[in-house]
Amino acid sequence: MSTSDKKTDEHISTSQALDDEQRVKVLSPGQLVAKRFLRNKLAIVGVLILVTMFLFSFLGGVVSPYGESQVFRKTESTWKDYAGATYNEKWIFQAKEGQEFPSAAQQKFILATNQESGSFEAEGISYSLTKGGEDFWLISSDTPIASVLTLKGKSTYKAIGDVELTEAVKESYEKAVAAEENSFEVDGVTYSVTKSGRETTISRSGELALATKKVFSEAVQDTAMDFDFQKAALQAIEAGEGSFTVGEAAYEAKALEEKDALEITRDGESFATVSRLLVSPQTPGSFLSLKFKEAVEQAIAENAATFTAVNEAGEEETYQLQAKNTQYVVRSQKETVVNDTYASPSGTHWLGTDGNGMDMLTRLMYGGRISLMIGFVVIIIECVIGVILGGVSGYFGGWVDTVLMRVVDVVICIPAMPLYIIIGSVMDYYQIDPRLRIYALCVILGLLGWPSIARMVRGQILSLREQEFMIATEATGVRVSRRIFRHLVPNVIPQLIVIATMGLGDVILTEATLSFLGIGVKFPYASWGNIVNAVNDVYVLTNYWFVWIPAGFLILITVLGFNFVGDGLRDAFDPKMKR
Amino acid sequence: MKKFIVRRLLLGVLILFFVSMIIYSVERSLPTSYVDAKARTMSQKQGAKPYEQLRAELNASYGLDKPVIVGYFVWLKDAVRGDFGDSWVWNQPVTQKFASVIWYSFALGAMAFLLEIMIAIPLGILSATKQYSKIDYAVTVFALIGISLPSFFFATMLKWVFSINLGWFDLYGIVGRMHETLGSAGKLLDMAKHMVLPVVTLTIVSIGSLMRYTRTNMLEVLNADYIRTARAKGLSEKRVVYHHAFRNTLIPIITILGNMLPGLFSGAMITETLFQIPGIGYTSYQCLIQGDIPFTMFYMTFLAVLTLLGNLLADILYAVADPRVRVN
Repeated sequence: MSTSDKKTDEHISTSQALDDEQRVKVLSPGQLVAKRFLRNKLAIVGVLILVTMFLFSFLGGVVSPYGESQVFRKTESTWKDYAGATYNEKWIFQAKEGQEFPSAAQQKFILATNQESGSFEAEGISYSLTKGGEDFWLISSDTPIASVLTLKGKSTYKAIGDVELTEAVKESYEKAVAAEENSFEVDGVTYSVTKSGRETTISRSGELALATKKVFSEAVQDTAMDFDFQKAALQAIEAGEGSFTVGEAAYEAKALEEKDALEITRDGESFATVSRLLVSPQTPGSFLSLKFKEAVEQAIAENAATFTAVNEAGEEETYQLQAKNTQYVVRSQKETVVNDTYASPSGTHWLGTDGNGMDMLTRLMYGGRISLMIGFVVIIIECVIGVILGGVSGYFGGWVDTVLMRVVDVVICIPAMPLYIIIGSVMDYYQIDPRLRIYALCVILGLLGWPSIARMVRGQILSLREQEFMIATEATGVRVSRRIFRHLVPNVIPQLIVIATMGLGDVILTEATLSFLGIGVKFPYASWGNIVNAVNDVYVLTNYWFVWIPAGFLILITVLGFNFVGDGLRDAFDPKMKR
Repeated sequence: MKKFIVRRLLLGVLILFFVSMIIYSVERSLPTSYVDAKARTMSQKQGAKPYEQLRAELNASYGLDKPVIVGYFVWLKDAVRGDFGDSWVWNQPVTQKFASVIWYSFALGAMAFLLEIMIAIPLGILSATKQYSKIDYAVTVFALIGISLPSFFFATMLKWVFSINLGWFDLYGIVGRMHETLGSAGKLLDMAKHMVLPVVTLTIVSIGSLMRYTRTNMLEVLNADYIRTARAKGLSEKRVVYHHAFRNTLIPIITILGNMLPGLFSGAMITETLFQIPGIGYTSYQCLIQGDIPFTMFYMTFLAVLTLLGNLLADILYAVADPRVRVN
């Protein structure tokens, strides 16, 4: 043998001696096939592709630090309305403690001030007004406490309600009547006298409430600023006094520069501000500090678009100020957490994220798992049905064969894709559980895909059953089922492997197509097909190549791998196709 | 031959009977609430009949109120006379809708078919004559890539490159925005332009199998004895390949082309849907996902007929092209 032959026919020994045991190195059929297969470059490429894909899919999911449907979030800073500010044009009423100033009376008050009348009546109670200063009114009401009937200089007192008339009051009343005065004072309480015919009514008049357009804002949340305090403060402002006392406490009032506002301090600490500007937080229940309000006021006065103030956390923060008519909106930069959708490829997400903020690479790994598993399950179903029906049909022949082959004809004629779509949309309609859908998909694909395998098996067995070894099995009395599945079918295995390998690629393609149409594998499960599905949104197609190109490429590569291997196997098994 | 065709036709009718029965059973096993929902949405349209009446009508007209087998014969009785009912989605007779869309599909299919033949057969022969050369590998890889390409992915790629990045073609549709303003020649060109990407998709996706088939058969022929004889008697390689071998390769190729011919009418569901070409594929897709039973019944039966016709045509052509084959 020449050396050039040695290269191609290694199984033939180079020994010259005829009786050399090594002269003919016999290779088993399996070894021959393997050798022919390994010599095929495309088949090797296919094997490499498939090994890579399997590692990628089945190992990748384990190695990947992320989960299949783990959603990634990111913080995004947006300008959000933080507070509103407006110059107060409404009356603010502050009733004395324990008293109330009903809303009906408030309406009447506004009317009365507009008409500049000093008194008004609401719901049977008469109120009188005292101007305390600009936009500052003190409201007093008269509560009748007794009626007096004076006959021949002698007065009969009749108390109204459960008020006890003291002698001092009676005495003062008589004095007042004598002096023809309309009011008198006893122990700091003012009483008024109203005459109507012979009857006189003594009413206790007292300050009930105050009305102002100035806004009191407290320095510390929920600090009570009662009537007495507000009254004293407003009076001090009117009088231009720098300090006032309420009860025991002494307060200092200091006008803030350039603004129509005052700061009231108590014991040197900021207590409250009085201003026409009403600053209220956007979220109910939250509290705005005085400093912040002062900063807002300052900014409005300066007509500034942005300003800085100390926020609740004690940090300097920049705020935006926007004017809307007479209102001002203060906006702060708020960090909101959103799904990190369509993030570009980066160190943390090698292929970016998809429309749900899930890691693309991890989705691809799990998608590969599902696609490959569906492929294998379907092919196994197809092979089982195909081998059984094909084997039986080929072995028995006759009417069994005729019937089974007509069944094959019928199943081949059923348009598969439309049928999948119908069943898929019905499952959509019933919102079948996605996991169940995967099983259903496998069964349906398997039930429609077996005829080609059955035909191939039958064809092979038709010729195989005429061979001598079958006569031998008959002679030795082997069971029929054993004859078919132990003696005939193993001879079909090579062709079966080829057809199954190529078929795997087809099944993966079909599954991907169905998932792409949205009726195969459904979210939350990933499949290469339903990942590409994102391109139905043209915006995604245009802007996010990393969402669909890798998935489509993986489908192509995997199916190509199966076809390369299948092609290589066919050539290797078929000695006619000499290479 | 006549006897053979008659027998095959009778067999085809029998197969069709069972196929349509299976399809009908599947459609019927759609839960009845599906029909109810259908009737409900239909009744909510303006000027529609009341729900109860609609449901009864729908059920009666498709035999849905009867058992599956009886209902099937009701359908079959009408279908045999060419009455496939009214499409629920399109609100017109199924056959009328079919006639208005089929020619888009045919144009698409025919163009792809011609391109396929023009590319696949020469390349297949070339790769067979230069077996194991670089050209052979390139053609094989190209063919297998074509087989392995998911049509939806390839179509999307084409759209991305040519519609979005280059802006040469529209993303969707069969006519452009200015279609109505064009003259009749311009209209035709406009439609042709919109067909370019779908045709390319269809051609590339289906070219692989024909190329592989040509190569395999050419190789078989080239290994035949009469080729050796031709070479032995000193014919030029060109004559051997293009005269002796090619003619013999044509037999199986004609057979498979005959098999493919009826498929020109079947429409390419995925491609048409992606490009929104209003052919039979896109139309049926819309019907399928909306549960339009009359139309899908028709479409699926139609596809089954095409498959059977393809097989029959292949057998006949095989006998016609190869005088050695004598059917009995």
